[in-house]
Amino acid sequence: MRALQLERYVAGDSRVHSLDPRVKVVITVLFIVSNVLLPDGAWLAFLLGWALVLLSSALTGLGPGYATRRSFVALPFALAAVSAIFALPGRPLFAWTLGPWHLVATDAGMIRFASIVVRSWLSVQMAILLTATTSFPDLMHALRHLRIPRLLVQITALMYRYLFVLTEEASRLLRARAARSARPVSGEGGGSLAWRARVAGNMAGNLFLRSYERSDRVHHAMLARGYRGEFRTLNPHLMRREDWTVGMLAMLFLLLLQVISRTGSL
Amino acid sequence: MDDASPWVLAIDDLRFSYPDGRAALHGVSLAISRGEKVALVGPNGAGKSTLLLHLNGILRGVGSIVVGDLPVIESTLPSIRGKVGLVFQNPDDQLFSPTVFEDVAFGPLHMGLPEEVARARVDRALRQVGMDGYADRMPYHLSAGEKKRVSIATVLAMNPEILVLDEPSAGLDPRARRGLITLLDSLPLTMLVSTHDMPMVRDLFPRVVVMSEGRVVADGPAERLLGCAELLRVHGLEYP
Repeated sequence: MRALQLERYVAGDSRVHSLDPRVKVVITVLFIVSNVLLPDGAWLAFLLGWALVLLSSALTGLGPGYATRRSFVALPFALAAVSAIFALPGRPLFAWTLGPWHLVATDAGMIRFASIVVRSWLSVQMAILLTATTSFPDLMHALRHLRIPRLLVQITALMYRYLFVLTEEASRLLRARAARSARPVSGEGGGSLAWRARVAGNMAGNLFLRSYERSDRVHHAMLARGYRGEFRTLNPHLMRREDWTVGMLAMLFLLLLQVISRTGSL
Repeated sequence: MDDASPWVLAIDDLRFSYPDGRAALHGVSLAISRGEKVALVGPNGAGKSTLLLHLNGILRGVGSIVVGDLPVIESTLPSIRGKVGLVFQNPDDQLFSPTVFEDVAFGPLHMGLPEEVARARVDRALRQVGMDGYADRMPYHLSAGEKKRVSIATVLAMNPEILVLDEPSAGLDPRARRGLITLLDSLPLTMLVSTHDMPMVRDLFPRVVVMSEGRVVADGPAERLLGCAELLRVHGLEYP
């Protein structure tokens, strides 16, 4: 059941679902690169980018707001860019003193910060759409056919495969601890904080050892079926005319965004 | 090639110690002829799993192992691994691919078979274990019994000369276990199966090999050995 919580793929038969996974991966990566290349404060281009996200989201049959709703979890990571507010020279907006530092917020800094947040927010939304409409095996195939090094793809695939096994193992350990964490009817449970921390540390170590031993057994299972250091798989995908069309249209659109952001007065 | 040797598997005086010095096998000798179904029983730590890991050269001990007419040595390992279909106890170790199809295709593709042949092998293997229609499923969504069947399909797809299973009925509910027994009974293959499941041994295996403390201590017809209460008791086993 935990496996289902981690699963981001939502089964469906929309046109986006049936698009060749390679096209989806390429569009998503190009979209992210395009976001990065857009200059600070290119609001019109950002808005058009978001329109593309909303349109794609609507086409998936999951509703236009699907990606946007799910994207907020990633926003806190964009806060890492807060330092940009104070790092850029420009017209000072406000200032405050924090210990030995005197921080001055500038208008250019604010615009850069907002742009960084918007860029990452848009990129995350497209990535969410990609994983929601492409099953994980398809995604791995796509990466392999796009000449991503085999080893990287295999590590990702194995990680995904064993993520569920690992979380189950972890939850079994936690359950075993909970089952023995009795507590007198009145008052607190026993044991110092240090002792509890040590128990938790031992559990983490235990989990690591189990995973390590499992990796050995998995490797044996691979050797037993003829693995000699190179993965072989079959290609179940074929590019159709529709895939080419969608890919081309998306690329043109992204090119247009770049042009708009560099010529427009906005 | 079928007539080159009467044995599908011949082990002679196999000895093995783990890197930490713990001796696991003290001179094991065993020969299995074509079509035989053999149960390997013995208490935990008797060396059953260690022995099985030697059969396709994952562990390398001292002594000789011959599969068909090929000795298990470094240079023959690639062919040996196609001849010995080893199914591990835990299906989560056995099934490491994102989909059932890819897992079953793994062996054939690594044997260098062309795509159409590999696909045909996958189809046939899944049909043999009654799992056709599951090709696109993801292994972690399967039940324990289904995982076990797919695990067996992953080695059937390699056309092994001998099927080697480590505790196949462990952790299965009675219905899945019964299904497994029926499946193993229906496969016309030479088999060596390590197990604690004595009722399964009685139902399925004409020949029993008893291991204890790294040695083969008894080898013979199941009816005779299973009737030997004293032998079973001494080696920590029970008659069903």
